[in-house]
Amino acid sequence: MAEVTLTIDEQQVRVPEGTSIFEAARKVNINIPHLCYHERLSLYGACRVCVVEVEGRSRLEASCVTPVESGMHVRTNTSRVRESRRMIVEMLLANHPEECLTCDKSETCELRKLAYELGVRSIRFEKGRKYHYTIDDSSPSIIRDPNKCILCGRCVRVCMEVQSVGAIDFVNRGEEVQVLPAFGKGLGDVECINCGQCILACPTGALSERSAVDEVWGAISDPKKFVIVQTAPAIREAIGEEFGMKRGSLVTGQMAAALRRIGFNRVFDTQFAADLTIMEEAHELIDRIQNNGVLPMFTSCCPGWIKYAEHFYPELLPHISTCKSPQQMFGPIAKTYYAQKMNLKPKDIYVVSIMPCTAKKFEALRPEMRSSGVQDVDAVLTTREAARMIKESGIDFARLPDEDFDLPLGISTGAAAIFAATGGVMEAALRTAYEVITGKTLENVDFGQVRGFTGIKSATIPIDGIELKVAVAHRLSNAHILLEELQKGTLPYHFVEIMACPGGCLGGGGQPPPTTFEIRAMRAASVYREDEGMPVRKSHENPAIKALYDEFLGKPLGEKSHHLLHTKYTKRGLV
Amino acid sequence: MEIILRNIHKQGYSPDISSYITEGGYKALEQSLEVKPGHLLSEIKLSKLVGRGGAAFPTGLKWELAHNAEEYPKYVVCNADEGEPGTFKDRIIMERDPHLLLEAMAICGRIIGSTQGIIYIRGEYFDAYEILKKAILDAEKRKFLGRNILGSDFSFNIRLYRGAGAYVCGEETALLDSLEGKKGQSRVKPPFPTFTGYEDKPTALNNVETLSNIPEIVLKGGEWFSKIGSPLSPGTKLYCLSGNIHKPGVYELPTGTPLSELLGKYGGGVEGKLKAVLPGGVSSSFLTDRELSVNMDYPSVAKAGSALGSGAVIVINDTHCMVDIAKRCTEFFAHESCGMCTPCREGTKRAKEMLTGITQGSGELSSLELLRDMRKVMYDTSRCGLGQSALNAVVSAIEKFRDEFEEHIAAKKCNLGICSG
Ligand SMILES: Cc1cc2nc3c(=O)[nH]c(=O)nc-3n(C[C@H](O)[C@H](O)[C@H](O)COP(=O)(O)O)c2cc1C
Ligand code: SF4
Ligand code: SF4
Ligand code: SF4
Ligand code: SF4
Repeated sequence: MAEVTLTIDEQQVRVPEGTSIFEAARKVNINIPHLCYHERLSLYGACRVCVVEVEGRSRLEASCVTPVESGMHVRTNTSRVRESRRMIVEMLLANHPEECLTCDKSETCELRKLAYELGVRSIRFEKGRKYHYTIDDSSPSIIRDPNKCILCGRCVRVCMEVQSVGAIDFVNRGEEVQVLPAFGKGLGDVECINCGQCILACPTGALSERSAVDEVWGAISDPKKFVIVQTAPAIREAIGEEFGMKRGSLVTGQMAAALRRIGFNRVFDTQFAADLTIMEEAHELIDRIQNNGVLPMFTSCCPGWIKYAEHFYPELLPHISTCKSPQQMFGPIAKTYYAQKMNLKPKDIYVVSIMPCTAKKFEALRPEMRSSGVQDVDAVLTTREAARMIKESGIDFARLPDEDFDLPLGISTGAAAIFAATGGVMEAALRTAYEVITGKTLENVDFGQVRGFTGIKSATIPIDGIELKVAVAHRLSNAHILLEELQKGTLPYHFVEIMACPGGCLGGGGQPPPTTFEIRAMRAASVYREDEGMPVRKSHENPAIKALYDEFLGKPLGEKSHHLLHTKYTKRGLV
Repeated sequence: MEIILRNIHKQGYSPDISSYITEGGYKALEQSLEVKPGHLLSEIKLSKLVGRGGAAFPTGLKWELAHNAEEYPKYVVCNADEGEPGTFKDRIIMERDPHLLLEAMAICGRIIGSTQGIIYIRGEYFDAYEILKKAILDAEKRKFLGRNILGSDFSFNIRLYRGAGAYVCGEETALLDSLEGKKGQSRVKPPFPTFTGYEDKPTALNNVETLSNIPEIVLKGGEWFSKIGSPLSPGTKLYCLSGNIHKPGVYELPTGTPLSELLGKYGGGVEGKLKAVLPGGVSSSFLTDRELSVNMDYPSVAKAGSALGSGAVIVINDTHCMVDIAKRCTEFFAHESCGMCTPCREGTKRAKEMLTGITQGSGELSSLELLRDMRKVMYDTSRCGLGQSALNAVVSAIEKFRDEFEEHIAAKKCNLGICSG
């Protein structure tokens, strides 16, 4: 592509034709202030904070949507520009509740930060009317406070462009504009899949998770409760970021130590349950292949994907593995198998999970998830909430010594560790399926074809005469493409992994902000490093899993498994 | 000198196709089929016609861009949304000489290489809609529209699309979104509609009045047109006179006619004592009796600190309170802003609040300065013309009638007894 040369703040810069002024400025280390711009989303050009002066033009230009031209003279920092930006932010603040001190996003809020950086110290519209909207708390996962919304549209774009859901959009015009679910319903009553990607994208506290922190403190302080915590695979390489540690730092041991100090009676690992999931799911796949079952089979670990399918692809529900997700396998095992070992009743045990995901809050509340007789998982915390509890306890996380998980539900393999990344469930399942089908040892356990952030990955794996065709998609917009192809009958697969969030769970909606593409990649690198360092890397070789089958479950897909570890899905229709 | 209203003002003229044909209608289209599009285009450029919808963009240049675009299909879109308060000129054309518009659109299609025209018509224009609907059918019957027009290899169809009452949908890109069934709000420019218009295809989008000049330009030549009226922006203009004027209505006059002549000679003079005039609707700035000599063409009115816009000349006499009128302007914009971009959505709302406060006796003097600053920022940063010009009228009222504002603020009263405070 042709290149053009222009001048930005007296510096010459050469960029490809079609580049925006905003991007060109980045090349000379100028980060133009902005609110509606988001690097992974379509351009919107509405907040107008990113305006700059272009010589020869009568008005300022929004740099994010203005393409460079050869010989252009741009000034990003004149008094005219500064005064405009300041007034625009003042206008936004004039609507805004003064709640920074108690706001869920107060640490990371881009609006608050911008107001500070732009030197807004008073608001000339002070007498102006504020919004008086009711807070939408209809969703089990997400709280929407329209009073804090600055109408930047990032959530609308994420939901549509990244997730292909379109649960929210702009309604009305002028001063009455709002972002709302269809027909003004609550977010809990529409097709929202609870993925929380909109929370990550939202620059303010208008979107946040429904916090379970108080319930969990309540359980910890209740002497009658035996409180167990399980941590998802994607927490250990992300939670360190909340404590200022290097992005993607692997902090498994410190995390276990911190959770023990907070007061959990047992610190267990969802990765144990991930190995269990693989046992059940690999056998289910083999069973479907050998007995002419419904194929392709889809993975079922991601509650965002499940709800998406329930709304948009109800005809595909028989394709989804009946295996519960690792979180929901852990719950009933803790409340039956482990409870018996400890001589406890299911109701005495309180299971908390720490998840990178807001949809897991929804999943835990599904009516199907009570196979221990009570709710299997009592409370779900996001990575962010867990970090806040650790901070509240005054624990100096980064200086903690490493500690181990408790036994036996803290034992896991490398196969479980990679659940955190897109392609991980597939790879883990292949490691086990190969050995179960062939009876031989799989020498090289790495399936590079299903790793990485390509939207849709596919591979053909020869296993003893079967050419196993597999595909992996992350981001539901990619899943959408894949599913449309599948429905046309053009793609013959045996097994398909789908994760709703970009990059898989390590990029989930409950993770620390910012969760950018680069940060996702750093977390992924840690995930695979962890796998490599594990002594056991195949789920079926996990000694605690073997013991679980020997002592309690019998065999995969057996009667007990069927009752505790498998589930069914519900057609949900469209609003 | 009338180009657009020439038929309408003839005795016994009806919107019927036979009337139009009797007056030489569809001759220009017939001629257009015999010459190359490039030749027609150079005549349009030669005419120096600029858009009459408000932005005064050269029509020849616009059509050249659409002509040169190499994607098909292309579209001819007519902006008949006419939502600006005090504007009612396009309606007269559509109701009383609909075939003039249809012929013009077909010629435009011939020039840019389009076979489909769309008229985006204001939702409240029920009569105009019915009349155009019938006109299209009649033109099709006579082979002026449809497949192989007049036996040539050129085909062109026109369909109607009704707006739903949002002023911002008159803005060309918001109009295109609305046409596509989306929420009407302005698009990012560039790309411009000439490349990426309706359904992202090359589109020539023009105002009804702009288009209505085309048949005569084709028949009489670009040079003929360029000699009419002010050399700065030649041709005629339809002025919509309203407010405190003896003979309100639509007047077609050569561009450059002095405002005083428009009000006096044509409008029959101001009712009562003149206080202020908006020469180009609520997005323009107020002129006072000291500025009545201004020539009504785009550059001259701009030089006088206002804008000709779409030609809504609103006359205000001394029985009106300027603070009240300024407040009404802000109410209009706060209601009609699409609400997408911050400066317009928030700025119009705050301006409305401030002016409401002033009319109710709770205003502050500092607001007057703040409004001036807001106008500057809103002009500089708003995404489309609505927000860019929303405070023009208000700030010019403050500049030219400052004592009235100060009185409302300091003495908390309205001398005319209009404001409620
Ligand atoms: C808020 C707003 C409202 C507008 N409304 C109209 C309208 O009702 N009719 C119209 O022809 N142009 C309107 N325009 C101007 C159009 O954007 C566009 O410039 C015009 O239709 C182009 O046609 P022309 O070149 O023939 O004038 C409006 C512009 C703005 C910013
Ligand atoms: S969203 Fe930001 S600005 Fe608003 S209350 Fe929260 S921290 Fe403060
Ligand atoms: S949680 Fe996901 S599906 Fe729901 S509104 Fe946010 S982005 Fe859309
Ligand atoms: S909810 Fe957040 S992301 Fe969505 S428009 Fe409002 S401020 Fe922007
Ligand atoms: S200027 Fe006003 S009408 Fe135009 S885009 Fe901005 S908000 Fe919408």
